[in-house]
Amino acid sequence: MPKLKSLEELRKLRDQVQEDLTTRVETTTTITVGMGTCGIAAGARDTMRAILEELRKRDINAHVATVGCIGMCVREPLVDIEQGKEPRVTYGNITADKVARLIEEHLVQGRVVDEWAVGRLAR
Amino acid sequence: MRELSQHILDLAENGLQAGARHIEVAIDEDLVQNRLTIRVADDGRGMDAAMLQRVTDPFFTTRTTRRVGLGLPLLKAAAERCNGGLTITSQPGMGTTVVATFQHDHLDRAPLGDLPGTLLGILLYDACGDLSYRHRRRASTLAVRGEQVFEFDTAAMRQELGEVPLTHPQVRAWLEEFLAEGFASLREAQAGAGALPR
Repeated sequence: MPKLKSLEELRKLRDQVQEDLTTRVETTTTITVGMGTCGIAAGARDTMRAILEELRKRDINAHVATVGCIGMCVREPLVDIEQGKEPRVTYGNITADKVARLIEEHLVQGRVVDEWAVGRLAR
Repeated sequence: MRELSQHILDLAENGLQAGARHIEVAIDEDLVQNRLTIRVADDGRGMDAAMLQRVTDPFFTTRTTRRVGLGLPLLKAAAERCNGGLTITSQPGMGTTVVATFQHDHLDRAPLGDLPGTLLGILLYDACGDLSYRHRRRASTLAVRGEQVFEFDTAAMRQELGEVPLTHPQVRAWLEEFLAEGFASLREAQAGAGALPR
């Protein structure tokens, strides 16, 4: 079990964050990383870590989730980005080294990285 | 898979996709007995005897998108390659438990690898429930510091956090530090005098 010190830290974090929760605008961005056996073997876990790190560095608020295999195993690691009302875009072969550019161009500049996109879902 | 922690992530994902609300991961590194045991248990829908027999067949899967399911066959091969084995127990409605054993110092035994990354990956699963983790490292029979244990339960963490989700960025950052400290403490398990380092 976590040591007492750690539980106290979580309690303090809860107090800090609760204030934040009421004032912060809820994010409409969701990044989904494929984490089936194919994804894991292709390095999706490292991709996920790189995404979390990039979001932290840039102080971007976004939901990050993982899902199972969608059947396009040869293009794993697959990363989906949904932002507000924009079409959902699926990117393929997103290894950890590609994450910085993906976040910069798609999330920050609002431009789909066409050369990596494998599909777009119209809303 | 290049790391055993990737197999652990794969097993946990299997459980979550089977509707599990609680995943248990237990790792036992016994350098004295030279055994590594990895146990992943879930409370998902479980499998009947017929499915259980087929589950290590690489051409069997419950997915409808492909006709191969490589996770369990790859883990079985990895364990057997290291003088170990794979045991799977399951019953419908009772969840599934997978236990993989390895000779700890076998040359072909893949490293455990990025365990914090694996645990974060489990917690970020879209419908994740709770995770109980216990990792024991026994380096010697020394009464003091021969053995170290790192364990936690996210249910206890959620109680402290109230409605703040585990996936909140500040909680994620806390978790990363918590996990890094925990795994560092395992490396403090000391071998006895004269023992070869492993």
